[in-house]
Amino acid sequence: MNDIGKSISKRKQLKQKLNTFHEDRPFIKAQKMDVPKGLYELCPTCERTINKKTNIKNDYICSHCGNHFRMRAIDRINYIVDNDTFIEKGIGFITLNPLFQKGYEEKIREYKKNTHLDEAYIYGYGKINSKPCVIGVMDSYFLMGSMGSVVGEKVTKTFEYAIYKRLPVIIFCASGGARMQEGIFSLMQMAKTSAAVAKHSKMGLLYISVLTHPTTGGVNASFASLGDIILAEPNALIGFAGPRVIEQTIKQKLPDGFQRSEFLLEKGFIDKVVHRKDLKNVLAKLLTFHRGYNR
Amino acid sequence: MNILEKEKKLSALEKQIDGLGNKKSVEKLKIEIENFKLNEMTKLTAWDRVLLARHQSRPKAKEFIDYLSPDFIELHGDRLFRDDPSIIGGIGTIEGNVFTIIAQQKGSSTEDNIKRNFGMPHPEGYRKALRLMQQAEKFKRPILTLIDTPGAYPGIGAEERGQGQAIAMNLMEMSKLTVPIITVIIGEGGSGGALAIGFANKMLMLENSIFSILSPEGYASILWKDASKAAQAAEVMKLTAYDLKDFQIIDEIIKEPPGGAHFDKEKVFTETKKAIVETYNKLKRLSGIELYYQRNTKTRNYGFLQRFNYDNLGGIKNDIHKDFGNR
Repeated sequence: MNDIGKSISKRKQLKQKLNTFHEDRPFIKAQKMDVPKGLYELCPTCERTINKKTNIKNDYICSHCGNHFRMRAIDRINYIVDNDTFIEKGIGFITLNPLFQKGYEEKIREYKKNTHLDEAYIYGYGKINSKPCVIGVMDSYFLMGSMGSVVGEKVTKTFEYAIYKRLPVIIFCASGGARMQEGIFSLMQMAKTSAAVAKHSKMGLLYISVLTHPTTGGVNASFASLGDIILAEPNALIGFAGPRVIEQTIKQKLPDGFQRSEFLLEKGFIDKVVHRKDLKNVLAKLLTFHRGYNR
Repeated sequence: MNILEKEKKLSALEKQIDGLGNKKSVEKLKIEIENFKLNEMTKLTAWDRVLLARHQSRPKAKEFIDYLSPDFIELHGDRLFRDDPSIIGGIGTIEGNVFTIIAQQKGSSTEDNIKRNFGMPHPEGYRKALRLMQQAEKFKRPILTLIDTPGAYPGIGAEERGQGQAIAMNLMEMSKLTVPIITVIIGEGGSGGALAIGFANKMLMLENSIFSILSPEGYASILWKDASKAAQAAEVMKLTAYDLKDFQIIDEIIKEPPGGAHFDKEKVFTETKKAIVETYNKLKRLSGIELYYQRNTKTRNYGFLQRFNYDNLGGIKNDIHKDFGNR
């Protein structure tokens, strides 16, 4: 119990640190979604129960089979970025309800409360092994990390900020696709973000996209697949259409490992599958290789 | 009563004319038919427009191309894997201007539909489109794209060949082009599959066509867990031409005769041609960089959001509701 308490208070401190940059954001002291509902959870691949506190200590990797669990954006930043170097940018976007969907605003409010994020995406300036870059992280716990107007705007801003500062961009993608509740506006974010990548690329700057579980739909069909270097975490679901949709369309069962990172590596759409433990070092190395071109 | 039922009623009324010998009653019936057309067939709900956009006899891309540019030469293949028949690409003249024309083609019969894969392109289709667009860039030809697809094809082969990557690449490369791109949505415009050839300087849309993030059926089944609520979903999704014009996603609406485009194809074709030529004459004046800039600024402004600052504290939401309240 003590260990859990410690990890929670550590996360609280981290969140407070992030929140100092914008005190307008509602900060609720109660940790709702972060506190595991049970003490144990089931690993989907080896089907063993694992203690949540060891899981958190282990950077959300199953100690038995090495399954990568989904990681929260804040934990990801804490893990990848050097201590005390992350500065969040693009704060204060308000998600609106363009199609007047019933219950959408309440849903967003609830997710905001529970995840302590404005939206399913945060970005900012940070250092990886003391190499500066712009880092964007999507949070799949926020409405499945879907891309609405605000997420699209923030992704575009990521690239614009990077162009302004002449910095490389690293984006950790984790998304179910475009956000249906915002209708056509979400769809147009695909064009917007892709155009932003094109501009960034034209300046001769580096863009590394890291695909994590899951990257599907509109995000996969826009900025996620446009990286100069595309990395992926092991066994992540990556594809345009979801497996259920494909099964319904072709009316047959999909083969094992279909649309997983290793499958895509074999088909030639990913540069490298990187274990989460090595990710920081690999990214740092890649940044060093491209240092000369970041003028 | 949805539009298809109304259509059946109309044809039943028209059949009645043949049975009548009396001149007076024929006149009376004709007036009734006219009134029915004007009053009933023009009152369309969003779901009616969805049905019209998917109508079997709605003019398909090939018919449009045959009318717009009689000297059209089709070019095949993506030079990488195979030729995708669900995307037609080629070169032709419209009113003396040479265009690269790219279109998504649905079949008009079942056999044709199977060949065309119901208008759902594979990645090689998008790569063919990209190849032709880059060719157009090389020879400084304007590009015309016609959109009519339920969406990109979700299948094993398509995923293996990188459907997402193909669409993303199209979007990125289209943003860099320095030639005018005109897009006309002539039927269904479904999700990323439609947008992949629709990153345009000017986007035109036929009155009864739709452009949406996914099909109303998919929307209803994902959000409400009930695919039969599709008609209700269509109303909520704001996918008709008039809604999109309000949102400033599209630039112009091309009128259709009452009851849909298939009632008077010739008229729709001439209207479309007129709109395309007019738009092209406007875009022709801009230089390459201006076109690039126009396309990118237009895209940059897509989105419906608000940034927090102390000036707009309180009541900002209400203001926006006011602006869009009349749609």
